[in-house]
Formats: sequence, structure tokens, C-alpha cells
Amino acid sequence: MKSVRLTIDGRAVEVPDGTTILDAAMANGIKIPTLCHLEGVKDYGGCRLCLVEIKGSPKVFPACTTPVGQGMEVTTNSDRLKEYRKMALQLLLSERAHICSVCVANGACELQSLASELGVDQLIFERDWPELSVDLTHAYLVIDRNRCILCTRCIRVCDEIEGVHTLDLMLRGKETQVVIDLNENWKNATSCTGCRKCAKVCPVGAIYVKGEALSSTKDKEVAKFITERRRSAFE
Amino acid sequence: MNKVRVATIWLSGCSGCHMSFLDQDEFLMELAKLVQFVYSPLIDVKEFPENVDITIVEGAVGNEEQLELIEVARKRTKQLIALGDCAVHGNVTSLRNALREGDQAVLKRAYLELADTTPQIPSEVTPLLKKAHPLHEIVEVDHFIPGCPPPASLITYVLTELLAGRKPEMEGKAKFG
Ligand code: SF4
Ligand code: SF4
Ligand code: SF4
Ligand code: FES
Repeated sequence: MKSVRLTIDGRAVEVPDGTTILDAAMANGIKIPTLCHLEGVKDYGGCRLCLVEIKGSPKVFPACTTPVGQGMEVTTNSDRLKEYRKMALQLLLSERAHICSVCVANGACELQSLASELGVDQLIFERDWPELSVDLTHAYLVIDRNRCILCTRCIRVCDEIEGVHTLDLMLRGKETQVVIDLNENWKNATSCTGCRKCAKVCPVGAIYVKGEALSSTKDKEVAKFITERRRSAFE
Repeated sequence: MNKVRVATIWLSGCSGCHMSFLDQDEFLMELAKLVQFVYSPLIDVKEFPENVDITIVEGAVGNEEQLELIEVARKRTKQLIALGDCAVHGNVTSLRNALREGDQAVLKRAYLELADTTPQIPSEVTPLLKKAHPLHEIVEVDHFIPGCPPPASLITYVLTELLAGRKPEMEGKAKFG
């Protein structure tokens, strides 16, 4: 396969054509913060945490959905990018009632720990929370839409890995929410196999397993693991 | 040497942030050499004084009395610190903001629905604001120390930096919840 040479943060790297900037950076030990990215399923560029700069363009690009180009000069960590990332985190935290102190995910949440890592110490955006439902009907799975950041990891893992597409998004704007089957209660969702993959990959306290410590439910490697095993089975 | 004049205020919070402040243990001795406490729920001063260097505020602005106090405090203070999640972003205090008529809803729940005997909403206490507000929605805030409660070590860090005339660096240190 054709390979592409570029620089990331001044370091020369060479990767196969078609690789995303994020994968190219990761393969070369350069860490870019992400939230919606999940190894093993398709990227969709929703959270905007992985923003990078490309020399010659005034715009910023999501590293997870932008493919590398010959001779590209990528910057992953300028002051402007840090500022934008903090802003994106503040927006995510302001959009819904993210009250960490009373959340099941407190201490085991990717959003919370990224905010801490990047130094988000205030939420300056005005908040106007929608009133969203919590579904407690399933025997062991719970969805609390008030904590959801709409990263769609659950939807993608249910569709692409479990292969049943129980979950999807409904409505627009701040009312957007994850629904189960055609907006059914989880108990009545006949397509759901109860595999828990959605709970394993949800980065926050939105989907979880009743009565189980979140830290033990989480396994964001699950999609990557299954895809790799499937691939090796065909080789 | 003139001591730095420090005030602490307790608005709609659980006092956990003040407990964390006290948890600074022996640092309080160091602090006492440098600062004078001029107003606090821990000392008996009725009026918020003039000429305060640093005011540390716990809790969200939830009622009319608190609204008045925070505005006076801001006018009389050089540097205002929001201490803890309630002051920083509203936290549990602001959960009522998600409800329609949230102020009435919490009063009804607390005093009528959960009353064992003679349910009634007290009429002589200061009225609740429609919504509970984090400090920055009402007044300008100079420093934020998130956490529920913020760890004592983080309070010590921020105070040490401010007393030394430096700007606290919160990357990797600030944490909600
Ligand atoms: S989901 Fe994460 S960020 Fe949101 S309230 Fe829970 S712990 Fe905090
Ligand atoms: S438990 Fe499995 S099948 Fe059911 S919604 Fe979650 S990922 Fe899909
Ligand atoms: S429920 Fe969790 S995984 Fe699904 S979109 Fe919301 S935050 Fe993402
Ligand atoms: S990880 Fe790239 S946009 Fe979310």
C-alpha cells in the first residue's frame, strides 16, 4: 500500500495512505485527547476533543476523521487547541445536569477526568437543561439521559459489533437523546440481547449496570478486541 | 507587616467546603501568621466588613439574602474565590433548576410532602430565587476551586499561590465531584 509522509508536532512519521491523523499520532506515541473515538468501530467526529491544526489552514480539524496527506504538518497541542478543548469540555458539561458529586460515574468517568487533566475549573456557559428520562425498567441495564454526552459509542458498538442496532438517536438540538428500539422502555426492547457492550463503552454515567461498580463494568477495549479476533479468524 | 484580610462565606452549600478548609490542619497555623479572618461563619461578625483582600465563598446563590450578601462582598473584596462545586457550577443545589417552578417544587417536597405533622411552608424565611446560581452568574469571580468538597491540599495550594502573588495553575488539579 502507498505510504504517506508527514510531520506531527515536528516529528517525521510515515503511515499507510488513508490512515487518520489520530491513528497516525497514536501509532507514533503522540497522545491526542478523545471522547467519541472508540477503537474497533467507525469514527464520526462528534466530540471535537481531538482537534488539531494543519499548517496552511486557519481551520482546525478533528484528528479522528481527517485522513493524513502527503507532506502535512500537524500540530496537536497549541495554546489555541488547548483553549478549544477546554471549551468543548465546558459545553459538554453544561449541556446536561453533570453533577458529578451525585453521579454513579464519579471517579470512573472519562469526561470528568479529561476535564481535570486539561484544567477545566469552571463552566461559563449558561445552562438550560432539558428534562430527560431515566429508564430503570430493564433487569440490569440503566440509561440516564441526563448524563449522556451523545458520543454515540453505545449506538456504534451495538450496531457494528453486537450487530443488532437496538440503540439510536431521536430528535434534534438539546433534546437529542439515545432511544431504545423505537423509543421503547428497555424492558420491552425485543432486539436487545442484553450483552452489556453499550454499558462497557459508555464513557460517562449514562448507561450502566444496576448494582455494579462502574469501574468494573467499563471496558472500552471490548470493540477493539472483538474486531481483532474476527479479523484473525478470517486470516 | 499588615496581615491579609480574609473572609469566608457560606451560602447554599452543606458546609463541607468549610470542613475541607479546616482539614488543612497545621497549614492553618501558617495561615494565621499571614492572614486575619475578618468575617466567617466560624466567627461572630454580623456585618460584612470593608476592605477585604480575599473572600472565599462556599455554596450557590439560592435565596434573596444570599444575593444581597454576595453583591456586598464583591464590592468590598479584592479577590473572590468560588470554593467547591456549588459555588463553581451550582452542583446539587442547582438540581432544582431542571424542574419547572423548581423553587416551589423543592419547598413543596421538603415542607409539605415529607412532613410528618402540620405540613406548612415557612413564611418568615427569605424567599428562594427562581433558580440557584453559581457565583459567576451573579458577580465576577477571580478563582475557582472545584470539588465536592475540594480537597484540603488544593485549597492550601491555591491560597499559597495567591498569598505569594502568583496565579494558581489548575491543570491536572481541578476536579468536579
Ligand atoms: S457523567 Fe461524568 S461528568 Fe457527568 S456527572 Fe457523571 S461523573 Fe460527572
Ligand atoms: S445490551 Fe447489547 S444489544 Fe442491548 S442495547 Fe446494549 S449493546 Fe445493544
Ligand atoms: S449513552 Fe453513553 S455511550 Fe451512548 S451516546 Fe450517551 S454518553 Fe455516549
Ligand atoms: S474523538 Fe475526534 S471528534 Fe471525538
